[in-house]
Amino acid sequence: MKQLGSILRFSYVAAIFGFILLPVLSLVLFSFQDGAVALPPLRGLSFRWYEALFADGRMMAALRNSVVVGLVSAALCTVLGFFAAYGLARYRPKGAQLLRGYLIAPLGVSYLVIGLGLSLTFSELSIGRSLVTVTIGHVVINLPLAFAIILSQMSEQQESYERAARDLGARESRVLSLITVPMLAPGLLAAFLLSFTLSWDEFVIALLLTRFDVTLPVEIWSALRTGLNPKTNAAGTIVFGLSIGMLIVTYAFIRRRLERRR
Amino acid sequence: MTQNKTPRKGWILTGPALIWTSIFFLAPMGMVIAYSFFRRVGGSIDTSPSLYNYQRIFDEPVFLDALKNSLEVVLITVVVSILVAYPFAYILAYRVPPKWQRPLLLLAVLPFWTSYVVRSYSWLLVLAKNGVVNGMMQTTGLISEPVSLANTRLATVIGFVHFFTMLVSLTIYASLTQIPDSYRKAARDLGASSPMTFLRITLPLSMPGVVVGAFLTFVLAIGDFITPQILGGGQELLLPQAIMLQVQRRGDFPLAAALSVILLVIVIAVYGVSAKRLTLDGK
Repeated sequence: MKQLGSILRFSYVAAIFGFILLPVLSLVLFSFQDGAVALPPLRGLSFRWYEALFADGRMMAALRNSVVVGLVSAALCTVLGFFAAYGLARYRPKGAQLLRGYLIAPLGVSYLVIGLGLSLTFSELSIGRSLVTVTIGHVVINLPLAFAIILSQMSEQQESYERAARDLGARESRVLSLITVPMLAPGLLAAFLLSFTLSWDEFVIALLLTRFDVTLPVEIWSALRTGLNPKTNAAGTIVFGLSIGMLIVTYAFIRRRLERRR
Repeated sequence: MTQNKTPRKGWILTGPALIWTSIFFLAPMGMVIAYSFFRRVGGSIDTSPSLYNYQRIFDEPVFLDALKNSLEVVLITVVVSILVAYPFAYILAYRVPPKWQRPLLLLAVLPFWTSYVVRSYSWLLVLAKNGVVNGMMQTTGLISEPVSLANTRLATVIGFVHFFTMLVSLTIYASLTQIPDSYRKAARDLGASSPMTFLRITLPLSMPGVVVGAFLTFVLAIGDFITPQILGGGQELLLPQAIMLQVQRRGDFPLAAALSVILLVIVIAVYGVSAKRLTLDGK
Protein backbone atom coordinates (compact mmCIF):
# COMPACT_ATOMS: atom_id res chain seq x y z
CA MET A 1 0.00 0.00 0.00
CA LYS A 2 2.78 2.35 0.96
CA GLN A 3 4.69 1.35 -2.15
CA LEU A 4 1.69 1.97 -4.36
CA GLY A 5 1.49 5.47 -2.91
CA SER A 6 5.09 6.26 -3.82
CA ILE A 7 4.62 4.88 -7.33
CA LEU A 8 1.56 7.07 -7.82
CA ARG A 9 3.37 10.12 -6.47
CA PHE A 10 6.40 9.49 -8.63
CA SER A 11 4.24 9.03 -11.75
CA TYR A 12 2.35 12.22 -11.02
CA VAL A 13 5.52 14.29 -10.66
CA ALA A 14 6.98 12.67 -13.78
CA ALA A 15 3.77 13.42 -15.72
CA ILE A 16 3.84 17.06 -14.63
CA PHE A 17 7.45 17.43 -15.70
CA GLY A 18 6.58 15.77 -19.00
CA PHE A 19 3.73 18.23 -19.49
CA ILE A 20 5.85 21.24 -18.52
CA LEU A 21 8.93 20.35 -20.54
CA LEU A 22 7.33 18.66 -23.58
CA PRO A 23 6.86 21.77 -25.76
CA VAL A 24 10.30 23.18 -25.08
CA LEU A 25 11.98 19.82 -25.68
CA SER A 26 10.06 19.42 -28.94
CA LEU A 27 11.15 22.90 -29.98
CA VAL A 28 14.83 22.25 -29.30
CA LEU A 29 14.81 18.73 -30.75
CA PHE A 30 13.09 19.68 -34.01
CA SER A 31 15.35 22.68 -34.52
CA PHE A 32 17.97 20.06 -35.38
CA GLN A 33 15.63 18.33 -37.83
CA ASP A 34 17.38 17.17 -40.97
CA GLY A 35 14.59 17.91 -43.42
CA ALA A 36 12.13 20.62 -44.31
CA VAL A 37 9.36 19.50 -41.94
CA ALA A 38 9.37 20.90 -38.41
CA LEU A 39 7.38 17.95 -37.10
CA PRO A 40 7.91 14.27 -36.32
CA PRO A 41 9.33 11.91 -37.37
CA LEU A 42 12.85 13.08 -36.66
CA ARG A 43 14.85 12.38 -39.80
CA GLY A 44 18.29 12.91 -38.32
CA LEU A 45 20.24 15.68 -36.70
CA SER A 46 21.82 18.60 -38.48
CA PHE A 47 22.76 22.23 -37.99
CA ARG A 48 21.47 23.30 -41.38
CA TRP A 49 18.60 25.36 -39.96
CA TYR A 50 20.93 27.24 -37.69
CA GLU A 51 23.11 27.97 -40.73
CA ALA A 52 20.01 29.11 -42.60
CA LEU A 53 19.04 31.27 -39.64
CA PHE A 54 22.44 32.94 -39.42
CA ALA A 55 22.29 33.60 -43.15
CA ASP A 56 18.86 35.23 -42.81
CA GLY A 57 19.46 38.99 -42.84
CA ARG A 58 16.07 39.91 -41.36
CA MET A 59 16.34 37.47 -38.47
CA MET A 60 19.89 38.60 -37.69
CA ALA A 61 18.87 42.26 -37.79
CA ALA A 62 15.97 41.47 -35.46
CA LEU A 63 18.33 39.63 -33.11
CA ARG A 64 20.67 42.65 -33.00
CA ASN A 65 17.70 44.97 -32.39
CA SER A 66 16.51 42.76 -29.52
CA VAL A 67 19.92 42.83 -27.89
CA VAL A 68 20.20 46.63 -28.22
CA VAL A 69 16.67 47.28 -26.93
CA GLY A 70 17.29 44.84 -24.07
CA LEU A 71 20.61 46.39 -23.03
CA VAL A 72 19.46 50.01 -23.24
CA SER A 73 16.11 49.42 -21.51
CA ALA A 74 17.71 47.29 -18.78
CA ALA A 75 20.37 49.97 -18.15
CA LEU A 76 17.67 52.67 -17.87
CA CYS A 77 15.56 50.50 -15.55
CA THR A 78 18.52 49.83 -13.30
CA VAL A 79 19.60 53.48 -13.06
CA LEU A 80 16.08 54.88 -12.55
CA GLY A 81 15.21 52.05 -10.17
CA PHE A 82 18.39 52.54 -8.17
CA PHE A 83 17.92 56.27 -7.60
CA ALA A 84 14.25 55.82 -6.75
CA ALA A 85 14.99 53.02 -4.27
CA TYR A 86 17.90 54.95 -2.77
CA GLY A 87 15.79 58.09 -2.37
CA LEU A 88 12.93 56.22 -0.73
CA ALA A 89 14.99 53.97 1.54
CA ARG A 90 17.50 56.56 2.77
CA TYR A 91 15.57 59.81 2.92
CA ARG A 92 12.08 58.47 3.60
CA PRO A 93 10.14 61.38 2.10
CA LYS A 94 6.55 61.89 3.20
CA GLY A 95 4.23 59.46 1.48
CA ALA A 96 7.01 56.97 0.73
CA GLN A 97 4.48 54.11 0.85
CA LEU A 98 2.32 55.84 -1.71
CA LEU A 99 5.28 56.55 -3.99
CA ARG A 100 6.29 52.92 -3.81
CA GLY A 101 2.80 51.83 -4.80
CA TYR A 102 2.77 54.34 -7.65
CA LEU A 103 6.09 53.10 -9.06
CA ILE A 104 4.96 49.47 -8.87
CA ALA A 105 1.48 50.12 -10.34
CA PRO A 106 2.37 49.31 -13.99
CA LEU A 107 2.81 45.66 -12.93
CA GLY A 108 -0.97 45.39 -12.56
CA VAL A 109 -1.82 46.46 -16.09
CA SER A 110 -1.83 44.14 -19.10
CA TYR A 111 1.08 44.73 -21.51
CA LEU A 112 -1.49 45.04 -24.27
CA VAL A 113 -3.17 48.01 -22.58
CA ILE A 114 0.17 49.69 -21.78
CA GLY A 115 1.20 49.20 -25.40
CA LEU A 116 -2.06 50.65 -26.67
CA GLY A 117 -1.74 53.65 -24.32
CA LEU A 118 1.82 54.35 -25.43
CA SER A 119 0.91 53.94 -29.06
CA LEU A 120 -1.95 56.48 -28.67
CA THR A 121 0.33 58.87 -26.76
CA PHE A 122 3.14 58.68 -29.30
CA SER A 123 0.82 59.20 -32.23
CA GLU A 124 -0.74 62.20 -30.44
CA LEU A 125 2.77 63.65 -30.06
CA SER A 126 3.59 62.74 -33.70
CA ILE A 127 6.44 60.50 -32.55
CA GLY A 128 6.93 57.67 -35.04
CA ARG A 129 7.16 54.05 -33.98
CA SER A 130 10.75 52.84 -33.80
CA LEU A 131 13.19 50.92 -31.63
CA VAL A 132 13.30 53.99 -29.36
CA THR A 133 9.58 53.76 -28.61
CA VAL A 134 9.87 50.02 -27.87
CA THR A 135 12.76 50.73 -25.52
CA ILE A 136 10.59 53.27 -23.68
CA GLY A 137 7.79 50.70 -23.45
CA HIS A 138 10.12 48.07 -22.04
CA VAL A 139 11.39 50.48 -19.40
CA VAL A 140 7.78 51.13 -18.36
CA ILE A 141 7.04 47.43 -17.79
CA ASN A 142 10.39 46.51 -16.21
CA LEU A 143 11.09 49.56 -14.04
CA PRO A 144 8.68 48.36 -11.29
CA LEU A 145 10.55 45.05 -11.02
CA ALA A 146 14.02 46.59 -11.10
CA PHE A 147 12.92 49.12 -8.48
CA ALA A 148 11.38 46.46 -6.22
CA ILE A 149 14.46 44.20 -6.45
CA ILE A 150 16.88 47.02 -5.62
CA LEU A 151 14.67 48.32 -2.81
CA SER A 152 14.55 44.84 -1.26
CA GLN A 153 18.35 44.79 -1.16
CA MET A 154 18.66 48.06 0.78
CA SER A 155 19.47 47.54 4.46
CA GLU A 156 20.03 49.58 7.58
CA GLN A 157 23.53 48.21 7.83
CA GLN A 158 24.48 49.75 4.49
CA GLU A 159 23.11 53.04 5.74
CA SER A 160 25.47 53.02 8.72
CA TYR A 161 28.45 52.41 6.44
CA GLU A 162 27.34 55.36 4.33
CA ARG A 163 27.03 57.52 7.44
CA ALA A 164 30.52 56.47 8.53
CA ALA A 165 31.93 57.48 5.14
CA ARG A 166 30.15 60.83 5.35
CA ASP A 167 31.44 61.41 8.88
CA LEU A 168 34.93 60.77 7.60
CA GLY A 169 34.40 63.61 5.14
CA ALA A 170 33.44 61.82 1.89
CA ARG A 171 31.35 63.87 -0.50
CA GLU A 172 27.94 62.51 -1.52
CA SER A 173 29.15 61.40 -4.97
CA ARG A 174 32.03 59.46 -3.42
CA VAL A 175 29.73 57.81 -0.88
CA LEU A 176 27.54 56.65 -3.75
CA SER A 177 30.32 55.40 -5.99
CA LEU A 178 32.58 53.89 -3.32
CA ILE A 179 30.10 52.58 -0.74
CA THR A 180 26.50 52.34 -1.93
CA VAL A 181 26.88 51.00 -5.46
CA PRO A 182 29.52 48.35 -4.65
CA MET A 183 27.45 47.10 -1.71
CA LEU A 184 24.34 46.88 -3.87
CA ALA A 185 26.14 45.37 -6.87
CA PRO A 186 24.43 41.95 -6.77
CA GLY A 187 20.96 43.53 -6.52
CA LEU A 188 21.74 45.99 -9.30
CA LEU A 189 23.02 43.20 -11.50
CA ALA A 190 20.00 41.02 -10.77
CA ALA A 191 17.72 43.95 -11.67
CA PHE A 192 19.65 44.55 -14.88
CA LEU A 193 19.69 40.90 -15.98
CA LEU A 194 16.02 40.34 -15.18
CA SER A 195 15.02 43.51 -17.05
CA PHE A 196 17.10 42.38 -20.01
CA THR A 197 15.58 38.89 -20.05
CA LEU A 198 12.01 40.21 -19.87
CA SER A 199 12.67 42.78 -22.60
CA TRP A 200 14.30 40.11 -24.76
CA ASP A 201 11.17 37.92 -24.44
CA GLU A 202 8.53 40.64 -24.71
CA PHE A 203 6.22 40.63 -27.70
CA VAL A 204 2.98 42.65 -27.56
CA ILE A 205 4.53 46.04 -26.78
CA ALA A 206 7.24 45.38 -29.36
CA LEU A 207 4.55 44.56 -31.94
CA LEU A 208 2.54 47.72 -31.20
CA LEU A 209 5.50 50.11 -31.02
CA THR A 210 7.78 49.00 -33.85
CA ARG A 211 7.42 49.58 -37.52
CA PHE A 212 10.30 48.68 -39.85
CA ASP A 213 13.01 47.62 -37.43
CA VAL A 214 11.53 44.87 -35.30
CA THR A 215 12.72 42.74 -32.39
CA LEU A 216 13.24 38.98 -32.54
CA PRO A 217 9.89 37.85 -31.04
CA VAL A 218 8.06 40.05 -33.59
CA GLU A 219 10.13 38.61 -36.44
CA ILE A 220 9.36 35.08 -35.22
CA TRP A 221 5.70 36.05 -35.11
CA SER A 222 5.81 37.12 -38.77
CA ALA A 223 7.63 33.91 -39.66
CA LEU A 224 4.75 31.96 -38.09
CA ARG A 225 2.43 33.15 -40.85
CA THR A 226 4.22 30.89 -43.31
CA GLY A 227 3.55 27.89 -41.06
CA LEU A 228 5.75 25.64 -38.96
CA ASN A 229 9.31 25.42 -40.15
CA PRO A 230 12.56 24.17 -38.60
CA LYS A 231 14.24 27.55 -39.04
CA THR A 232 11.64 29.12 -36.75
CA ASN A 233 12.40 26.32 -34.29
CA ALA A 234 16.06 27.30 -34.44
CA ALA A 235 15.20 30.96 -33.78
CA GLY A 236 12.94 29.94 -30.87
CA THR A 237 15.69 27.74 -29.46
CA ILE A 238 18.11 30.66 -29.53
CA VAL A 239 15.60 32.93 -27.75
CA PHE A 240 15.04 30.22 -25.15
CA GLY A 241 18.74 29.45 -24.75
CA LEU A 242 19.69 33.06 -24.14
CA SER A 243 16.88 33.55 -21.58
CA ILE A 244 17.99 30.49 -19.66
CA GLY A 245 21.61 31.59 -19.85
CA MET A 246 20.71 35.00 -18.39
CA LEU A 247 18.65 33.31 -15.70
CA ILE A 248 21.51 31.06 -14.63
CA VAL A 249 23.86 34.06 -14.41
CA THR A 250 21.28 36.00 -12.35
CA TYR A 251 20.69 33.06 -10.06
CA ALA A 252 24.41 32.51 -9.55
CA PHE A 253 24.82 36.14 -8.44
CA ILE A 254 21.85 36.11 -6.09
CA ARG A 255 23.01 32.85 -4.55
CA ARG A 256 26.52 34.10 -3.96
CA ARG A 257 24.99 37.10 -2.27
CA LEU A 258 22.76 34.98 -0.06
CA GLU A 259 25.64 32.72 0.92
CA ARG A 260 27.80 35.65 1.89
CA ARG A 261 25.04 36.90 4.14
CA ARG A 262 24.87 33.71 6.12
CA MET B 1 23.02 68.70 6.30
CA THR B 2 19.91 70.01 8.05
CA GLN B 3 17.07 67.69 8.92
CA ASN B 4 14.33 69.35 6.87
CA LYS B 5 16.47 69.20 3.75
CA THR B 6 16.67 65.43 3.58
CA PRO B 7 13.09 64.55 2.59
CA ARG B 8 13.43 66.93 -0.35
CA LYS B 9 16.54 65.05 -1.40
CA GLY B 10 14.50 61.85 -1.36
CA TRP B 11 12.08 63.44 -3.79
CA ILE B 12 14.89 64.58 -6.07
CA LEU B 13 16.42 61.11 -6.21
CA THR B 14 13.06 59.42 -6.78
CA GLY B 15 12.09 62.16 -9.24
CA PRO B 16 13.35 60.68 -12.52
CA ALA B 17 11.52 57.39 -11.94
CA LEU B 18 8.35 59.27 -10.89
CA ILE B 19 8.51 61.51 -13.96
CA TRP B 20 9.13 58.52 -16.21
CA THR B 21 6.16 56.64 -14.75
CA SER B 22 3.96 59.73 -15.02
CA ILE B 23 4.80 60.45 -18.66
CA PHE B 24 5.01 56.93 -20.01
CA PHE B 25 2.52 55.09 -17.80
CA LEU B 26 0.01 57.41 -16.15
CA ALA B 27 -0.46 59.70 -19.15
CA PRO B 28 -0.91 56.79 -21.59
CA MET B 29 -3.48 55.24 -19.24
CA GLY B 30 -5.24 58.61 -19.25
CA MET B 31 -5.11 58.55 -23.05
CA VAL B 32 -6.72 55.11 -23.14
CA ILE B 33 -9.54 56.27 -20.88
CA ALA B 34 -10.00 59.52 -22.83
CA TYR B 35 -9.99 57.73 -26.19
CA SER B 36 -12.62 55.31 -24.98
CA PHE B 37 -15.07 58.23 -24.95
CA PHE B 38 -14.09 59.44 -28.42
CA ARG B 39 -15.58 58.15 -31.58
CA ARG B 40 -14.15 57.16 -34.90
CA VAL B 41 -15.96 58.72 -37.80
CA GLY B 42 -14.62 57.53 -41.12
CA GLY B 43 -10.87 58.08 -41.04
CA SER B 44 -10.86 60.73 -38.32
CA ILE B 45 -11.69 60.91 -34.65
CA ASP B 46 -14.54 62.87 -33.14
CA THR B 47 -13.33 64.05 -29.74
CA SER B 48 -16.67 65.14 -28.29
CA PRO B 49 -17.14 62.73 -25.40
CA SER B 50 -19.81 60.06 -25.72
CA LEU B 51 -20.58 56.56 -24.53
CA TYR B 52 -20.86 55.40 -28.13
CA ASN B 53 -18.13 52.72 -27.91
CA TYR B 54 -19.45 51.28 -24.68
CA GLN B 55 -22.94 51.15 -26.15
CA ARG B 56 -21.58 49.28 -29.15
CA ILE B 57 -19.77 46.81 -26.93
CA PHE B 58 -22.94 45.99 -25.05
CA ASP B 59 -25.12 45.98 -28.17
CA GLU B 60 -23.03 43.95 -30.56
CA PRO B 61 -22.84 40.24 -29.77
CA VAL B 62 -19.25 40.00 -31.13
CA PHE B 63 -17.89 41.97 -28.18
CA LEU B 64 -20.11 40.44 -25.52
CA ASP B 65 -19.10 37.03 -26.85
CA ALA B 66 -15.42 37.98 -26.63
CA LEU B 67 -15.98 39.02 -23.02
CA LYS B 68 -17.87 35.83 -22.24
CA ASN B 69 -15.25 33.64 -23.99
CA SER B 70 -12.46 35.37 -22.11
CA LEU B 71 -14.10 34.89 -18.74
CA GLU B 72 -14.90 31.25 -19.50
CA VAL B 73 -11.43 30.37 -20.76
CA VAL B 74 -9.73 32.18 -17.90
CA LEU B 75 -11.93 30.63 -15.20
CA ILE B 76 -11.41 27.15 -16.64
CA THR B 77 -7.68 27.89 -16.70
CA VAL B 78 -7.68 29.01 -13.05
CA VAL B 79 -9.56 25.92 -11.84
CA VAL B 80 -7.59 23.38 -13.89
CA SER B 81 -4.25 24.99 -13.04
CA ILE B 82 -4.99 24.78 -9.32
CA LEU B 83 -6.19 21.17 -9.57
CA VAL B 84 -3.08 20.16 -11.51
CA ALA B 85 -0.62 22.21 -9.45
CA TYR B 86 -1.85 21.41 -5.94
CA PRO B 87 -0.87 17.72 -5.79
CA PHE B 88 2.42 18.57 -7.46
CA ALA B 89 3.24 21.28 -4.90
CA TYR B 90 2.07 19.01 -2.09
CA ILE B 91 4.29 16.10 -3.12
CA LEU B 92 7.19 18.47 -3.62
CA ALA B 93 6.76 20.12 -0.23
CA TYR B 94 6.08 17.02 1.89
CA ARG B 95 7.28 13.93 0.09
CA VAL B 96 10.47 15.00 -1.63
CA PRO B 97 13.72 15.26 0.39
CA PRO B 98 14.48 18.96 1.09
CA LYS B 99 17.69 19.02 -0.88
CA TRP B 100 15.83 17.95 -4.05
CA GLN B 101 12.98 20.42 -3.66
CA ARG B 102 14.75 23.50 -4.95
CA PRO B 103 16.39 21.95 -8.04
CA LEU B 104 13.07 20.30 -8.99
CA LEU B 105 11.22 23.58 -8.54
CA LEU B 106 13.77 25.40 -10.69
CA LEU B 107 13.45 22.75 -13.39
CA ALA B 108 9.66 23.01 -13.24
CA VAL B 109 9.65 26.76 -13.87
CA LEU B 110 12.24 26.62 -16.65
CA PRO B 111 9.83 27.19 -19.55
CA PHE B 112 8.42 30.13 -17.57
CA TRP B 113 11.36 32.08 -18.87
CA THR B 114 10.71 31.57 -22.54
CA SER B 115 9.05 34.23 -24.55
CA TYR B 116 5.25 34.00 -24.83
CA VAL B 117 5.57 33.69 -28.58
CA VAL B 118 8.12 30.90 -28.44
CA ARG B 119 6.17 29.02 -25.78
CA SER B 120 2.91 29.16 -27.68
CA TYR B 121 4.69 28.30 -30.89
CA SER B 122 6.30 25.26 -29.31
CA TRP B 123 2.86 24.03 -28.21
CA LEU B 124 1.83 24.27 -31.83
CA LEU B 125 4.56 21.74 -32.66
CA VAL B 126 3.11 19.42 -30.03
CA LEU B 127 -0.57 19.83 -30.89
CA ALA B 128 -0.50 20.21 -34.67
CA LYS B 129 -2.18 17.64 -36.90
CA ASN B 130 1.15 15.93 -37.59
CA GLY B 131 2.61 17.01 -34.28
CA VAL B 132 4.19 15.23 -31.36
CA VAL B 133 1.01 14.22 -29.54
CA ASN B 134 -0.64 12.82 -32.65
CA GLY B 135 2.56 11.01 -33.52
CA MET B 136 2.70 9.39 -30.10
CA MET B 137 -0.97 8.43 -30.11
CA GLN B 138 -0.70 6.91 -33.56
CA THR B 139 2.40 4.86 -32.76
CA THR B 140 0.77 3.51 -29.62
CA GLY B 141 -2.37 2.72 -31.60
CA LEU B 142 -4.64 4.98 -29.56
CA ILE B 143 -5.96 6.62 -32.71
CA SER B 144 -5.72 5.73 -36.37
CA GLU B 145 -6.33 9.14 -37.94
CA PRO B 146 -4.58 12.31 -36.73
CA VAL B 147 -6.88 14.69 -34.88
CA SER B 148 -6.39 18.42 -35.09
CA LEU B 149 -5.83 19.82 -31.62
CA ALA B 150 -4.46 23.20 -32.70
CA ASN B 151 -6.84 26.09 -33.37
CA THR B 152 -9.31 25.09 -30.70
CA ARG B 153 -10.33 26.43 -27.33
CA LEU B 154 -8.78 23.30 -25.85
CA ALA B 155 -5.39 24.33 -27.28
CA THR B 156 -5.70 27.79 -25.70
CA VAL B 157 -6.59 26.24 -22.35
CA ILE B 158 -3.67 23.78 -22.59
CA GLY B 159 -1.28 26.63 -23.38
CA PHE B 160 -2.60 28.66 -20.45
CA VAL B 161 -2.67 25.75 -18.01
CA HIS B 162 0.89 24.90 -18.97
CA PHE B 163 2.11 28.37 -18.06
CA PHE B 164 0.01 28.89 -14.96
CA THR B 165 0.58 25.44 -13.47
CA MET B 166 4.19 26.52 -13.04
CA LEU B 167 3.14 29.78 -11.38
CA VAL B 168 0.45 28.30 -9.11
CA SER B 169 2.79 25.47 -8.05
CA LEU B 170 5.20 28.10 -6.79
CA THR B 171 2.64 30.01 -4.72
CA ILE B 172 1.07 26.86 -3.25
CA TYR B 173 4.49 25.41 -2.50
CA ALA B 174 5.42 28.64 -0.71
CA SER B 175 2.28 28.38 1.43
CA LEU B 176 2.72 24.68 2.21
CA THR B 177 6.31 25.03 3.37
CA GLN B 178 5.24 27.72 5.83
CA ILE B 179 2.91 25.40 7.73
CA PRO B 180 4.82 24.17 10.78
CA ASP B 181 5.23 20.37 10.85
CA SER B 182 4.02 20.37 14.45
CA TYR B 183 0.46 21.31 13.35
CA ARG B 184 0.07 18.20 11.26
CA LYS B 185 1.75 16.06 13.87
CA ALA B 186 -0.56 17.39 16.56
CA ALA B 187 -3.61 16.57 14.43
CA ARG B 188 -2.37 13.00 13.94
CA ASP B 189 -1.58 12.59 17.64
CA LEU B 190 -5.11 13.66 18.40
CA GLY B 191 -6.34 10.81 16.23
CA ALA B 192 -7.13 12.53 12.92
CA SER B 193 -6.78 10.34 9.84
CA SER B 194 -4.58 11.52 6.96
CA PRO B 195 -7.48 12.80 4.82
CA MET B 196 -8.89 14.52 7.92
CA THR B 197 -5.55 16.18 8.67
CA PHE B 198 -5.38 17.36 5.07
CA LEU B 199 -8.92 18.74 5.00
CA ARG B 200 -8.85 20.38 8.43
CA ILE B 201 -5.23 21.55 8.71
CA THR B 202 -3.18 21.55 5.53
CA LEU B 203 -5.77 22.68 2.99
CA PRO B 204 -7.12 25.66 4.96
CA LEU B 205 -3.62 26.81 5.87
CA SER B 206 -2.46 26.60 2.26
CA MET B 207 -5.38 28.67 0.96
CA PRO B 208 -3.29 31.88 0.80
CA GLY B 209 -1.07 30.25 -1.83
CA VAL B 210 -4.12 29.08 -3.77
CA VAL B 211 -5.71 32.55 -3.68
CA VAL B 212 -2.55 34.38 -4.72
CA GLY B 213 -1.96 31.86 -7.51
CA ALA B 214 -5.56 32.13 -8.71
CA PHE B 215 -5.40 35.93 -8.67
CA LEU B 216 -2.15 36.09 -10.64
CA THR B 217 -3.46 33.53 -13.11
CA PHE B 218 -6.68 35.44 -13.64
CA VAL B 219 -5.00 38.81 -14.11
CA LEU B 220 -2.23 37.58 -16.39
CA ALA B 221 -4.38 35.24 -18.47
CA ILE B 222 -7.22 37.64 -19.15
CA GLY B 223 -4.81 40.22 -20.60
CA ASP B 224 -2.89 37.78 -22.78
CA PHE B 225 -3.22 38.13 -26.53
CA ILE B 226 -0.62 35.70 -27.81
CA THR B 227 -1.69 32.34 -26.41
CA PRO B 228 -5.28 32.52 -27.74
CA GLN B 229 -4.09 34.05 -31.01
CA ILE B 230 -1.45 31.41 -31.78
CA LEU B 231 -3.13 28.35 -30.25
CA GLY B 232 -6.82 29.18 -30.43
CA GLY B 233 -6.58 30.60 -33.91
CA GLY B 234 -9.57 32.25 -35.50
CA GLN B 235 -12.23 29.94 -34.03
CA GLU B 236 -13.36 32.35 -31.35
CA LEU B 237 -12.27 35.76 -30.16
CA LEU B 238 -11.05 36.51 -26.67
CA LEU B 239 -11.07 40.05 -25.30
CA PRO B 240 -7.37 40.82 -26.01
CA GLN B 241 -7.81 39.48 -29.54
CA ALA B 242 -10.82 41.74 -30.02
CA ILE B 243 -8.73 44.71 -28.87
CA MET B 244 -5.87 43.81 -31.19
CA LEU B 245 -8.29 43.34 -34.08
CA GLN B 246 -9.54 46.91 -33.65
CA VAL B 247 -5.98 48.23 -33.48
CA GLN B 248 -4.44 46.32 -36.36
CA ARG B 249 -7.21 45.61 -38.84
CA ARG B 250 -9.94 48.16 -38.23
CA GLY B 251 -7.80 51.05 -36.97
CA ASP B 252 -10.62 51.86 -34.54
CA PHE B 253 -8.56 53.11 -31.60
CA PRO B 254 -11.48 54.53 -29.57
CA LEU B 255 -13.23 51.15 -29.62
CA ALA B 256 -9.97 49.37 -28.73
CA ALA B 257 -9.56 51.83 -25.85
CA ALA B 258 -13.08 51.17 -24.56
CA LEU B 259 -12.46 47.41 -24.65
CA SER B 260 -9.18 48.00 -22.78
CA VAL B 261 -11.01 50.01 -20.12
CA ILE B 262 -13.38 47.08 -19.63
CA LEU B 263 -10.36 44.80 -19.27
CA LEU B 264 -8.88 47.19 -16.69
CA VAL B 265 -12.15 47.41 -14.77
CA ILE B 266 -12.40 43.61 -14.59
CA VAL B 267 -8.84 43.34 -13.25
CA ILE B 268 -9.40 46.14 -10.71
CA ALA B 269 -12.68 44.52 -9.57
CA VAL B 270 -11.00 41.15 -9.08
CA TYR B 271 -8.20 42.87 -7.19
CA GLY B 272 -10.72 44.72 -5.02
CA VAL B 273 -12.50 41.49 -4.13
CA SER B 274 -9.34 39.55 -3.31
CA ALA B 275 -7.01 42.32 -2.06
CA LYS B 276 -7.48 41.45 1.59
CA ARG B 277 -6.49 37.87 1.03
CA LEU B 278 -3.51 38.49 -1.21
CA THR B 279 -0.67 37.57 1.09
CA LEU B 280 1.50 34.51 1.34
CA ASP B 281 2.26 35.09 5.02
CA GLY B 282 -0.66 32.96 6.11
CA LYS B 283 -1.56 35.36 8.91
